[in-house]
Amino acid sequence: MRIGGQMAADLSTAIAPPGGDGSDGTRLIRPRKGLIGINFAELWRYRELFLFLAWRDILVRYKQTFLGILWALLQPLLTVLIFTVIFEKLGKFSSNGQPYVVMTLAAWLPWQFFTNALTESSNSLVASSNMVSKVYFPRLIVPAASVLSGLIDFLISLALLVALMAWYHVQFRLRLLLLPLFLAAAFLAAFAVGVWLSALNVKYRDVKYVVPFFTRMGMYVSPVGFMSAEVLHKFGPRDYFFYSLNPMVGVIDGFRWCVLGAGFEPYWAGFLASMGAVLLVLGSGVIYFRTTEKRFADVI
Amino acid sequence: MSSPVISVRGLGKRYQISGRGSHDTLRDHLAHGAKALFHRVAGGKAGDGGDSGEFWALRDVSFDVQQGEVMGVIGRNGAGKSTLLKILSQITDPTTGEIRVRGRVASLLEVGTGFHLELSGRENVYLNGAILGMTKAEIKKKFDEIVAFADVEKFLDMPVKRYSSGMYMRLAFAVAAHLDPEILVVDEVLAVGDAEFQKKCLGKMQDVSARDGRTVLFVSHNMAAIQQLCSKIVLLEGGEVKFQGGVQAAIEAYLGDNRPASDGMVDLSDWKARKGVEHVKIKALKFLTLGGAQKSEFLMGEPVQLCIEVVFDREVVEPDVGFALLTSHKQPLFASALSDCGPVKNAGPGTMIYSASIDPCQLMPGAYRFALVVMRKGGDVYDFVDEVPGFTVLPIPSENSIQPDLRWGSLFFKFPWRVEPVTK
Repeated sequence: MRIGGQMAADLSTAIAPPGGDGSDGTRLIRPRKGLIGINFAELWRYRELFLFLAWRDILVRYKQTFLGILWALLQPLLTVLIFTVIFEKLGKFSSNGQPYVVMTLAAWLPWQFFTNALTESSNSLVASSNMVSKVYFPRLIVPAASVLSGLIDFLISLALLVALMAWYHVQFRLRLLLLPLFLAAAFLAAFAVGVWLSALNVKYRDVKYVVPFFTRMGMYVSPVGFMSAEVLHKFGPRDYFFYSLNPMVGVIDGFRWCVLGAGFEPYWAGFLASMGAVLLVLGSGVIYFRTTEKRFADVI
Repeated sequence: MSSPVISVRGLGKRYQISGRGSHDTLRDHLAHGAKALFHRVAGGKAGDGGDSGEFWALRDVSFDVQQGEVMGVIGRNGAGKSTLLKILSQITDPTTGEIRVRGRVASLLEVGTGFHLELSGRENVYLNGAILGMTKAEIKKKFDEIVAFADVEKFLDMPVKRYSSGMYMRLAFAVAAHLDPEILVVDEVLAVGDAEFQKKCLGKMQDVSARDGRTVLFVSHNMAAIQQLCSKIVLLEGGEVKFQGGVQAAIEAYLGDNRPASDGMVDLSDWKARKGVEHVKIKALKFLTLGGAQKSEFLMGEPVQLCIEVVFDREVVEPDVGFALLTSHKQPLFASALSDCGPVKNAGPGTMIYSASIDPCQLMPGAYRFALVVMRKGGDVYDFVDEVPGFTVLPIPSENSIQPDLRWGSLFFKFPWRVEPVTK
């Protein structure tokens, strides 16, 4: 038994035991009932797999494309130019005296990250159906890793933003250091919805049609091409509060605030309320995910 | 050894069979709900949702595996082997019962899970290792060993989509073979690669159990591999344990029902391993001569008339009936379906006999089996039975030229041959 124990200790780094360990190292597999919460210890043991999956998605992203990583520059650049023409030149929207291109790109960055993350994560479980039906691991890793992989595009677009800021002589403020905070908020929002949708997608393939529609509409509803202050002016403060429950309103305003200064300060009360809503969606999503998880392999 | 390493008690797994498509949409659910409502109002049985049913892939399965044992799990297709392994690997939850496992489990239900075609061999080793539960440090340590085992050193930085299928499989198995669990659960992975590589894999698995005293649970159709590796066997049939014990006895029990149908008829009304719905049932399979005599041994070339009896409890829309002919090694040779000959009419309620003439019967001497299916066009299965005993084809004594044991293949064709000298 001593030798066995020694071996077990050596191996504990090798094979992470799936959850539900008894104190004597015995694992019990039996039908699970009711709502199931998160097993944090198990998630921590599988952290390397999480990073490996994100790393795989990043490696694969631009394989066998001609322009490769340039796509991550071209897409935001062209989008921002078109938005500027439509909203500034044709729509005569205001930009508080700041370069419209920079204002739009500052919004496009988190929005692109959010939609990428949402699309990838809601499709993630179905895309790894092979893994889900053949290997055990905490399934939550899958949508989480796919959200993370969108970061690479974000970082490339960020370089574009820095270049445009320099070109337009926009002052680099200390406040830029707060960007990761707002990025984290976008991450959380995408993950919260992604957890729900990825689990629903296992059973209901409707999700495939919902997500593109959702992200396309969301782009017009969120202040990507215009300032959110326009909404405040045209609809009044009460409606503006409800408008701000969309977490991306606060995130986008936060980005603009960091990049362009005080004229773009987010509506904090609305932002906090929206984050509360995100946490609610995340909590319920995780519970739904964990509770239906045991049937994933059967129905996927 | 005192207590078993794996102890399975009263394990059961129930699946819902939906007669609808394999994936739900919300629309289906709404439509289904409306239908159920209507049924209830109309006095129909609630929950009897038309085409859906349930079936037990496993029922009341109990057995123990001791430390260091290599336990083989055998049984026909659909006997519940894979379901058992999936529950043991925690991929799916059981419906009833429990399993107690002492020690870390690594399961190999497939080699190369998570391999990405665009990634290089090197990258896939890391990825696959992580998926199977190894840490980065551990993969690094074993990397050279894995690559040497797979024999792919030269192609490490090439995307695996450019690998030959042999190289791909070798690399995939090599990663799996270097896991170091206390309990290894393996499903049929040896059915890959060439004979030489299979031997290497078997050797590796033997090492795992013999040298390191690890416990192995091994599922296979390959009786030679089972005999070589296992010390004990669980034989599953229709989701239940039919036999457990020594290897020889188990293999005999398994192959025992490999005999041909006696007197030309197989009664399928109590056949356990079936998939489908309650209200359609394949009742019997009969073999007749063209003259109508029932028998189970036919001479080479003698036409066989196949009769499939199907009971329909109610009217079923356009049920298609088909069969596949299998060799004694359970390899499908060919398949045929009623709908090959034109549109299919509705059937039932009542019993229908579907017959097909295998004429000309171009089979080599040997024993053959059948898989039978009743399905809806498009794929929903009403009833399905696999590996049903079939008939035996006997050599024709007068035709000495066809020596069954010297000739390859299971099919026989007499082609026109010509011989002529090359003229200058």
